[in-house]
Amino acid sequence: MTDVTADVLAIIQKKIPKEDKSIAVGDSLEELGLESVDFLEMVFDVEEKFDVQIDYNANTAAEDFKTVQDVVNAIQELVDKKG
Amino acid sequence: MTTGRRVVVTGIGVLSPIGNDLASYWDSLANGRVGIAPPTRVDPDILAGEMVAEVKDFDPSAHFTDRELAPLDRVSQIAVVAARQAVDQAGIDFSGDLGERTAAIIGTGIGGSDTIDDSYHRLYGTGAKRVYPLTVPKLMPNAPASQVSMHLGVRGPSFGIVSACSSATHAIGTAFHMIRAGLTDAAITGGAESCINLGTLKGWEAMRVMANDTCRPFSKGRRGLVLGEGASLFVLETMAAAEARGAEVLGEVIGFGMSADAADLTNPDVGGMARAMRACLDDAGLEPGDVDYINAHGTGTAANDKAETAALKSAFGDAIGSIPASSTKSMVGHALGAAGALEFAAAVLAVRNNVAPPTANYLGPDPACDLDYVTEGPRPMPIDVAVSNSFAFGGLNAVLAARAA
Repeated sequence: MTDVTADVLAIIQKKIPKEDKSIAVGDSLEELGLESVDFLEMVFDVEEKFDVQIDYNANTAAEDFKTVQDVVNAIQELVDKKG
Repeated sequence: MTTGRRVVVTGIGVLSPIGNDLASYWDSLANGRVGIAPPTRVDPDILAGEMVAEVKDFDPSAHFTDRELAPLDRVSQIAVVAARQAVDQAGIDFSGDLGERTAAIIGTGIGGSDTIDDSYHRLYGTGAKRVYPLTVPKLMPNAPASQVSMHLGVRGPSFGIVSACSSATHAIGTAFHMIRAGLTDAAITGGAESCINLGTLKGWEAMRVMANDTCRPFSKGRRGLVLGEGASLFVLETMAAAEARGAEVLGEVIGFGMSADAADLTNPDVGGMARAMRACLDDAGLEPGDVDYINAHGTGTAANDKAETAALKSAFGDAIGSIPASSTKSMVGHALGAAGALEFAAAVLAVRNNVAPPTANYLGPDPACDLDYVTEGPRPMPIDVAVSNSFAFGGLNAVLAARAA
């Protein structure tokens, strides 16, 4: 598991509203129970952690970010671009 | 239907991104003119590309002396100027007893937002050790109500109303109910907002709901809302008083409904929206089929537009198939605490002129939004009754209804 994946998993895990906080990269964000505000906070936490700006608009989010992997990929791409 | 004294509109003032008086505002609405552009009052380079709808060509010194301007945040400046326009049009005199029986009830989402922003910038940005002495009375959310009361000489029940994007609608509805019930005889009411500053824009930017192209309510390809600003103030009085004065009646306020979602903080709730609409129809004694035009909340966000469409179907039933519902936010943006007043003005003007203003910037149908949104341009049609919707973050809903004079 890359550093980015581990960090993104840890950030998302904190937002899971259920008692069972088990998470895998293939999980759907919706099924994890993330609501719109959790999602916003997750994006903010990830951006702060990696010092990047994700091209995320809540109006199109459902198509752009469906799974944990989608978030990891977006961050990885931005981190690579920075590096 | 709730009974009581009949309440009418005899004056409307407007400062908006598409016109700084009632006539030019209507001319723009009725011609589908859009007031959305990149910001001039904030450096666009430190934003993520958001568009805004600013009030243009407003020169405070044309309306106030330097001494008068000192305690006036821009939100109060535009509120007072809009109130003066409304009072001039109504031709009403508050110098006698009527002044003591006239309310100033004005909504705002934030209050003196520029003053808050400037003060923080001074302290944290420039390291200044002090802020401007009238900072507190300039920024308080009741400042527009207080300043309108003082500048226009109304001395009755006066206060600000704060319910984010529903503030102005709650204010107008409260004034309407108070006059109808005999608690006061007249009111200057509406909403004002001036929030095109860095702090506010950054706050909205962080919500990730802002469009970087334009505002496209109910349309496929929409990117979200566009922050606006403006003020619209109404003179309300009883039908009997207006007739006795020989005043021209612009429209009658006939219904007001409210509800709270008590659900999600930012996501709208279909049930809450629909309950406010039904409450308004009940208050006015209207059947759904009596309504000819709806000025929708229509922010241009995916969340609002889908939920409002579902709520319109729920509240109006089959009748919604033949009631056009447009969003004038497509032209004026979202002026938060002033939005409901700008939109109720549009609704009153729609019944007065028998024209439904359009939803501009439409690209094509979204399957979740399948009503008649007047996307082809302004639509001349008989309009006797219009309804105006406002829904706020925090789940606070307010709906007004107007009838032709």
